[in-house]
Order: sequence, then structure tokens, then C-alpha cells
Amino acid sequence: MKVMNMVNAVNDALDIKLAEDRNVIVYGEDVGVEGGVFRVTEGLQLKYGVERVFDSPLAESAIVGTAVGMAAAGLRPVVEMQFSGFAYPALNQIISHVSRLHNRSRGRFNMSMVIRMPYGGGINALEHHSESMEAIYGHIPGLKVVIPSTPHDAKGLLISAIESNDPVIFMEPKRIYRAIKQEVAEEKFTVPIGKAKVISTGTDVTVVAYGALVREVQKAMQMAKEAGISVELIDLRTIYPIDKETIAASVKKTGRIITVAEGPTSFGIGAEIAAIISEEAFLHLEAPPKRVTGFDTIVPLPKGEHFYMISPEKIFYEIERTVKY
Amino acid sequence: MFEEYNPINEKIFRVIDNDGKVINKKWMPEISNERLIKAYKDMLFARTADLQTVSYQRQGRIYTYPPNYGQEAISGATAMVMRNEDWLVPAFREMGAYLAKGATLKELFLVFMGHEDGNVFKNANNMLPTSVPIASQLLHAAGIGYEINYNKKEQVVYAFVGDGGTSEGDFHEALNFAGVWKAPVIFIVQNNQYGISTPFKMQTMSKGIAIKSIAYGIKGIQVDGNDIFAMYQAVKNASEQALAGNGPVLIEAVTYRKGAHTTSDDPTKYRTKEEEEAWDCTDPLKRLKAYLISKKLWSQKEEDQLVEEYKLEVDRQFEEAENYPAYKLEDVFKYMYDEMPEDLKKQQNEYENFMKWKEARK
Repeated sequence: MKVMNMVNAVNDALDIKLAEDRNVIVYGEDVGVEGGVFRVTEGLQLKYGVERVFDSPLAESAIVGTAVGMAAAGLRPVVEMQFSGFAYPALNQIISHVSRLHNRSRGRFNMSMVIRMPYGGGINALEHHSESMEAIYGHIPGLKVVIPSTPHDAKGLLISAIESNDPVIFMEPKRIYRAIKQEVAEEKFTVPIGKAKVISTGTDVTVVAYGALVREVQKAMQMAKEAGISVELIDLRTIYPIDKETIAASVKKTGRIITVAEGPTSFGIGAEIAAIISEEAFLHLEAPPKRVTGFDTIVPLPKGEHFYMISPEKIFYEIERTVKY
Repeated sequence: MFEEYNPINEKIFRVIDNDGKVINKKWMPEISNERLIKAYKDMLFARTADLQTVSYQRQGRIYTYPPNYGQEAISGATAMVMRNEDWLVPAFREMGAYLAKGATLKELFLVFMGHEDGNVFKNANNMLPTSVPIASQLLHAAGIGYEINYNKKEQVVYAFVGDGGTSEGDFHEALNFAGVWKAPVIFIVQNNQYGISTPFKMQTMSKGIAIKSIAYGIKGIQVDGNDIFAMYQAVKNASEQALAGNGPVLIEAVTYRKGAHTTSDDPTKYRTKEEEEAWDCTDPLKRLKAYLISKKLWSQKEEDQLVEEYKLEVDRQFEEAENYPAYKLEDVFKYMYDEMPEDLKKQQNEYENFMKWKEARK
């Protein structure tokens, strides 16, 4: 075991896969010499050479588009979008090819690639550096979308993602890149894609969160405990394919559901989960499903960002209202 | 000029040398002493503001800031040609051009403090706000150029991008569209040698950026971007081309980013002290200053005094920005739509209820 933060854990997963599979190629803007603007790929170019870990010219569409070709030819590219807010030029490639080539070629070509991108707010950044647009990717058929909340899961999920023959959008909650440290096994292990994790069991209300928000829910749970409310917390871990069974089983027990996700409200992950609960656990509901989200607005610049960000108080406020409904 | 310096010949356009001596009399522009001194003062003000902004960031008074240090002549020359009715479509490293358009330091500071109100640029005519997604703004410039032609206006669009941005598809699409439409757009590429950590030689195998104009059938020129006379001459000729209906021009301004990409970046990771020192003698302010002093138009004493005044002015505007009214909840919602959807109003109201609850809990 070794103490790692999420930056170390992602780096470690890349290191392990680069070492054991020469088809793994890592590239993107500033990932080589500099080791990425968040230092996630630090040291990998020195260790594996410029043919396997390198800086690309500045063009997101080209980074993903070339990865499509590499994957079609049998490589396993792991590319980085410097910030999720810069990934939009690549959406054409993602929607038109990454998610489709397997189906279009009737399975002849695997899109065995991972597109990594730091996402989310709370880091006092300039415009386009703070959004949480995972719902966009969740809505594109043909993709898998993964978001870890801990260093352990980041390592295990990324190894699974790289080994997956399907394309994986791997979103990293940059706010907690260095904020959480834990003991992580040094050897290779995987965490399965598509499986949520019940972090703590409870009886009054189910809260589903992922990424940086899991920690905020844990803080809210302290307040809930003081108010005598028992919360069951589920870390979603995979946006798509979403783990309906785990969520539905929990709601059948608690009768209440709150989803916590930083993206805009409308057509988001919370909406999807509310629909799942309506379909799978309707008769068990004692209160309407509640979405705790960002607003349907642009993420404000730092001076106004505190209004947008989801605080533990906001989560507790909704927990209490839902339980008292 | 565009014939003589056709980028196919790989000849960089330069008027003064690194010591401020005129080496290209033929193309030495006629600029009044008064105008030239103003240009220098403007560059000096931009540099003073730039260096001070970095120090505000170090003091934790603003968030991330992209320094302009070393690139001031490009904005400085554009400012000398750009008129009130012309358009400025900036990227984010053109402080001098922003200020020339009528944007204030206070507004720029507000943005870097994290308030969108700074993007209004109240007194700046025909100027778009900062565009962070690299090169995307160049297409907007082509669209503005279309409107100028459509309404038969006498205007020019000055659009900025960096060397990294020339790798984005939008750069190429913008040159192509503007070319097809004969749009009066001057594309100014600040080739400062780095896209964050990626050196120019890894950005493209092309011998420079100006040469890319040829494939789009538009005029292009590679200019010493730290030579204010050459830059002025190039921008002026380009704007005359555009106004004459001859379409867009691509200007590659070769320069060096003496500072970091942003205050979050550490250049020691990817470049050497020796390299930085080698570029130091090309500094645009040093060169213009040497020229002015040789013509007895400037003195170090004047400069020292002026810099002190500028520092106070920069501080004054910074403090004004710091004392700007606090961000309100409605500021998050107010400008999302011209006609705000009912549901969005409801989201705001619900949040107000939460804030009342939170207040009552204290």
C-alpha cells in the first residue's frame, strides 16, 4: 500500500498499463515534457519515451480524431483533454466516430480508447474551466462514462477503462485531485465499470452522488446525523452504463432519493435517476425524488461561483425537506 | 510590401535592429514624433500594468492571469492603426489592444478577480470579450467581416490568436471563409514560440505561420513582432488592403513570451534560462526606447518618473475593481437570456429560500 492522491493514482494506473501493454499510447496538450497542467502524466515521457507519451499540437478534435484511427488500427490510446471545457471541438469526433465506429463496422473495429478530462468547479478558475457536462456524454449512445471520487477508485477504474474494448470518457474531479489522500494498493487492480458503491448504509433517505460531491454529501451527513436522519450514500462511479439495481434496491429500502450533481438541472444525471426510480421503485416512494444540482446557468466566475457550487448545507437542507415531506 | 515579403521567400519583415537602429529605410514608416512617443508610453503603461498584475496574483488578490510581458509591440502597433469604428476580436494576451479600444484596466482586473461585469467594456466600441476556447474567435471575426461587406461599411476587423491556436481547425476554417468572402479581417498571430509548454517546432512542421496564407489565397507576411515600426507598417498596409476590398491578411508577429503562459504555469519545466536570455535583446520596449533616445525624444529620467505615475494609476484602478459591489445571486441569472424562462426564475427563488433558511440557522 502507498498513500496516494488522485493525481498519483491516475498516474500510477497509466504507468502500470504503459508498462504491460505496448499498445497503450498517451498524448494530449502539454502531457509530455510538462507532465500535464495538473501534473497527472508527470514522469511518464521520461520513463516510456516520446513515441508513447507525447505532446500533441493544440487541437482537441485532432487529438480525438487521431485516437479513432489508432484504435481502429489496434492501439489503445489514452488521450487527455486539458479541461473538459476545452473538449467541445472534439465532440464531432466523439459523437460521429468514437461512439459509432464499432456499430458502423458491425464490430469489426473496436474503439478501445480512453478520453480523460478534468472537470468540475470550485477551483476559482477562468471561464470554461469549471463546468460539469457529463450528462452530454451520458446521452451519447456508444460511450461509457466514468467518474471516480477517490484515489483508489481512480486507479482501478482507469485500468478497467484502458482495458475496455469500448470507448470510455474518464472524467476526473479536479477539485479533489490533491484534496483526498488514501492508501492505495501499489499492484494492479481493477474496479468494474458500471457498478455503483454503497458508501454508507442508512434507512431514511438515499443520496446518490459522484466525483467531488461525494465528500460534500459526507459532510452533510454529519448534519443529518445530528438531526437524527439516517442517510444511505451511493457513489455512482459510472454515469453510463448506470447501475439501476443498486440505486433501486436502496430506494426500495429508504423510500426517498436525492441526487447530487454539479451540472445544470435540466436533462442531467439527476433527471435520469429520478426517471429510473419512477420506473423501478415507484410504489416505494414516500417523497418526490429531489435533484440537488447547479443552476441552468453558466458556471459563474469565482466571485459568484459560491452561489452555484453545492455546499454541504444545501445538501442537508434538501435532505431535511425530503425527509419531512 | 506583400509582394516583397511574400512568405514563400521566407524573409522576415524588419525595420529596426535589436539596438533600435533603422536597417530597412525603404519601409521605415512616417510617424510623427508625438505619435511615436505616445506609442511608447502606451506600451510602457501596458508593461507596468502587466507586471503589477502578476504581483497582485502573487499576493492572492486576483486569480489566474496570462502575462503579456515581451509582446507589447504587437498590441502597440495595432493600437496605432485601429480606429474607433474598427472591430477588435481578442484572444486573451493583447492588453494594449484592449486598452486602445477603450477597455479599462479596472474592467480587466474585474474579470481576473472573477466577475463577469468586467467583460462589458462599456467604453469600447466594436469589441468582443475575451475568448478562452483557443482560436474559436477567429470565425467570429470572419462573420463580422461579412457584415461589414454586406452593409458596405468602411471597417476592419483585428483578430488575435497565438501560435498554438493555428493548430486548431477553427484557425484554418476562418482563413478560408474570410478568404472566400473577401472579408476585411486582419488575422494577427502572436507567435510567442510556446503553446503553454509546447514549442513552436512541435506545433507545426511549417516554416512559420505566414506561409499558410498562400494556401488560402490571401495575403500574408511574417513580421518581427518586437519591432514596432515593422509591425505598424504591416498592420497599416494590411488594413489598407482590407479597406480596398482585397480581403483578409494574415500577419505572423514573431515574438517571445517572456512570462509564463499564465500565473499557474512554470516555464522552467520546459525551457532554459539561456534561451530566455537569448531572446532578451529583442525586447520591444528596449528597442523602441533605444531609437527614441538616439533621436533625443526620450530619456531614462522621464521614463522613471512616468513609471511611478503609471504604477499609482494601475493601483488606483485595481483598488476600484477591488471595491466593486459584491456579486449578487441575480448576477448569476440575469444575463442568461434576453427573455428569462419561468423555470429559471423559479430556480433563483428556490435558492433565495435556501439562503433564508441558512441565515435563520446561524
